[in-house]
Amino acid sequence: MAHDMDAARDELREDDGHLRDPRTGEFREETMIINMGPQHPSTHGVLRLLLELDGETVIRCKPIIGYLHTGIEKNTEYRTWMQGVTFVTRADYLSPFFNELGYCMAAERLLGIEVPERAQIIRVLVCELTRISSHLVWLATGGLELGAVSVMLYGFREREVILDIFEALTGLRMNHAYIRIGGVLMDLPDEGPRKIREFLDLMPRRIDEFDTLLSKNPIWLERNVGVGVMSAERCLELGVTGPVLRSAGVAADLRKDMPYSGYETYDFDVPVRTDADAYARYVLRLEEMRQSLRIVEQALERLEEVGGPIMVEDPKVRWPAKLTVGPDGIGNDEEYLRHIMEESMEALIHHFKIVTQGVSVPAGEVYQLVESPRGELGYYVNSQGDHRPYRVKIRDPSFVNLQAIPDMVEGSLVADTIAAIASLDPVMGGVDR
Amino acid sequence: MPVDDIAGRIRGSYPDVVVARGEVTVIVGRDELRDVLVWLREDPELQLGFLSCVTATDHPDADPRVWMVYEMRSMARRHRARVKVGLAEHDLHVPSVTDLFPTADWQEREVYDLFGVVFDGHPDLTRILLPDDWEGHPLRKTEELGGVNTRYHGAFIPPVDKRGMA
Repeated sequence: MAHDMDAARDELREDDGHLRDPRTGEFREETMIINMGPQHPSTHGVLRLLLELDGETVIRCKPIIGYLHTGIEKNTEYRTWMQGVTFVTRADYLSPFFNELGYCMAAERLLGIEVPERAQIIRVLVCELTRISSHLVWLATGGLELGAVSVMLYGFREREVILDIFEALTGLRMNHAYIRIGGVLMDLPDEGPRKIREFLDLMPRRIDEFDTLLSKNPIWLERNVGVGVMSAERCLELGVTGPVLRSAGVAADLRKDMPYSGYETYDFDVPVRTDADAYARYVLRLEEMRQSLRIVEQALERLEEVGGPIMVEDPKVRWPAKLTVGPDGIGNDEEYLRHIMEESMEALIHHFKIVTQGVSVPAGEVYQLVESPRGELGYYVNSQGDHRPYRVKIRDPSFVNLQAIPDMVEGSLVADTIAAIASLDPVMGGVDR
Repeated sequence: MPVDDIAGRIRGSYPDVVVARGEVTVIVGRDELRDVLVWLREDPELQLGFLSCVTATDHPDADPRVWMVYEMRSMARRHRARVKVGLAEHDLHVPSVTDLFPTADWQEREVYDLFGVVFDGHPDLTRILLPDDWEGHPLRKTEELGGVNTRYHGAFIPPVDKRGMA
């Protein structure tokens, strides 16, 4: 992780030993090397940047990562397929459902099973709510980093409403492990649709408020316009996807390009800008929240019409236990517990077998892509026919996108570095995994 | 482009192509890797210009021991293909593609860090997720897992693969 920048500095040196300022072309005598992070509050977790400065100008930037590495990929190799969900959901902790979805879809394709329609709709519903909540954290932390503390409060206030919905749906506010191989864990609770409708009524107004508060705010413009510029060509070379790529004029969105979970049947737009700066990404993310609201609304309407199971019927694949959200969180359904403990020995044996040994997945490999709030989230999953995954690789968009930081900030001011990172919206849980 | 058409097109130049679960996999030799990636990128029908993912799998008792995996995607054509390269245990070297696909930089460093595959020609092949002084490559199947020492009568919590579970 650590890096010596003397060599890097030597590259910048001219023959006479002087340094050339990449912005002005002037020669300078001295530079300063500073560490930003890994604990600085505006590093989105534990990102460390090694900066070489000439006054206030960043001459060279080297991102150093790994401080949050928890071995999620290795862990999945020693657990059952079903247990893997509880690990991957913790990778990018601001968009847990996307991790669950990518992993489960990969496993489902290896198993060759079709997920019931109602479960597909619920998956789309929770994912789009997550996209909004993730963008709200980006807005809140990004605002805070640029000194807009009220934006931080508003962002987290709105996110709280979504987390309340998640708590009602899954029993948990994050790390839900709600999307499971074969479907989802539980159907929506009775108050679920009502809570989501209330949110749908509230949120458009709130997004308009952000718009009013920031879009023409001189300080917001000053800090964001023309900052962190990244051309489409360079984005594609570096593998940068998501809002950053779309801010450079490329309408790349996996929900449209390689649809999954029935996204091709929903009516929504992929907003695109061409300025390729931090402000364009801000405008895009606000618009993406509006588009996600449209999808949530359509999903809710469909749920009224589409009934049926929320998990595949095959008893060799489906999770045996019925779960409910109780007053103290998620737990086994009492009716189900009575059934396996008092009524049916066969049901108990079956439960024990599936829960402890899990499901064997046919040998093979798949690569499943989903469009996370930060871009292309890929799951390369390899099975050797065992009841545990042989290899799970998480292609996290934050990890790949972070490679763009030096390009974005070299030659700009230190203060702009903060705005540029914020516009990239990296989540270190996903970067380091 | 349908997977069979992709597979057919690639087979014309690189014969070892497998189609499974709706995905195309091209298996090439180490010396061909850079050529095939460029060819996939430049081919006017395929246009697989976006290197989405570089990773590896480890198979200790098999030859080749390590399979390198390159996931390619075409944004324009909306299709994908995978390139795989097998590496023998005594020679875990593969040419770096960082100069062709700058996105490979960190992804190759990650594979080096976690699997110990050496990418020849990489500009800065150092560990990325683990500390510089870490010993070993943890995603290799042969790596020993650590347990936890406790303060209760010297008890030791064994690592997950020695607990008799899962």
